[in-house]
Amino acid sequence: MSEVTQEQITELLCQRLAYFTETRMEVFPETNLITHLAIDSVKLLNLVMEIEDQFDISVPLNTLVDVLTVQDLADLIYKIKLSSQ
Amino acid sequence: MSLLEKLDAAAAARKAQLPEGVGAFGIPIEESYSATEARIGERRVLMLGTNNYLGLSFAPECREAAHRAIDQEGTGTTGSRMANGNYYGHRALEHEFAEFYNCRECVVFTTGYQANLGTISGLVGPGDVVLIDGDSHASIYDGCVLSGADILRFRHNDPADLEKRLRRLGERSRNTLVIVEGIYSMLGDQAPLAEIVAIKKAYQSILLLDEAHSLGVLGETGQGLVEKTGVNDDVDFITGTFSKSLCGIGGFCVSNHSQLDQLRYVSHPYIFTASPSPATIASTRAALKLLREGRLLREQLWQNARHLYSSLEKTGYRLGPHPGPIVAVLLDSARQALALWNGLMEHDIYVNLVLPPAAPEGKSLVRCSINAAHTTEQIDKVCDVFSKLYSTVA
Repeated sequence: MSEVTQEQITELLCQRLAYFTETRMEVFPETNLITHLAIDSVKLLNLVMEIEDQFDISVPLNTLVDVLTVQDLADLIYKIKLSSQ
Repeated sequence: MSLLEKLDAAAAARKAQLPEGVGAFGIPIEESYSATEARIGERRVLMLGTNNYLGLSFAPECREAAHRAIDQEGTGTTGSRMANGNYYGHRALEHEFAEFYNCRECVVFTTGYQANLGTISGLVGPGDVVLIDGDSHASIYDGCVLSGADILRFRHNDPADLEKRLRRLGERSRNTLVIVEGIYSMLGDQAPLAEIVAIKKAYQSILLLDEAHSLGVLGETGQGLVEKTGVNDDVDFITGTFSKSLCGIGGFCVSNHSQLDQLRYVSHPYIFTASPSPATIASTRAALKLLREGRLLREQLWQNARHLYSSLEKTGYRLGPHPGPIVAVLLDSARQALALWNGLMEHDIYVNLVLPPAAPEGKSLVRCSINAAHTTEQIDKVCDVFSKLYSTVA
């Protein structure tokens, strides 16, 4: 995963987040994690652990305070991934 | 959406999950008769949802000590430990806890919640890391948030996952506070402490163990999981509460690190609150003495716990992984859990109802907690009622 692009991260997140919705709704970069996907806090925290393992990074929960959309989350992961290389 | 509209939306979601009129949460206890019985409405109920593990809530020694303290020192301290609220009793209790754990230092806090809040936020700060078990209590999460440190989680009770995350941190693992609990409050399972200690030593991290539910319950003298596992020298900080086995309110942190004393000068949850009342401190001191001498109480507690666990298991209920004073019945849906909770109440048995997201992994729980004062007849009755109700949830 060392050469992953921002677009790849966004696409992967959209695919993974679709499983978190009861109706398997389509997820887009601008989809709001809370208001559109209705992800509760525990599910979001568990998703963060999956992301950490997928990209071999540490994503502190306190960095999630500004994350509203899938794109915000993808940007954060990309930034952390880039700084860890 | 306005501030008040947000609260309305949250209330609507709550009511959709739990209809109006069902009083599972915040149920009014009208009278307490003993460590095992109370009145709810017009019902005399068997209390199987308290944290009164040793059954000491009516112990004469504790009540007399509290009465005496009120008569001699008044009802409250009206101030912080940093100012006018640092009484002889607070210092004596700290000394007794330090001696109990064979530790150099102890700090007493006004509540168990504040013990975690104050210890964690005093130990770590911005730039440091806290690595906590995924099923940690809210007081641990809140302490981490207050600290400003980077917050990471590892999978519940999974030492390999903990190690993976410490390895990923590289040099930062040395500035990492790992936090686990002796007994987890929802499922009643115990941390794999020996393995966690070995990992934290390998990565030169600091370990904090919260013995809130295991104090008085585990170990020869009731110290908790640390004593049961035999790793007293390798756990850096131990926190706990007075509000469970000790039947008071308050909390503590003990350590062999002399730096714990510095928390008194930097920890806001210690400084900016009134100190525990004289009655609370006096009853807690008396209860700690009973706890230390309470081998027979612990034996009775465990006998009761194994009795209930094995009976419910035989009936077919899905339970938390370990027998113990917390016996959690796992249900597939909130509706099933509510039906079981209502059924138990109709048979005059009170237990705790736990719905998502409070319960781990989206489960719904009917959480029973057993104490040393429950009689065999009372536990038998509970087993019979659970057996009768099994068809409603099977």
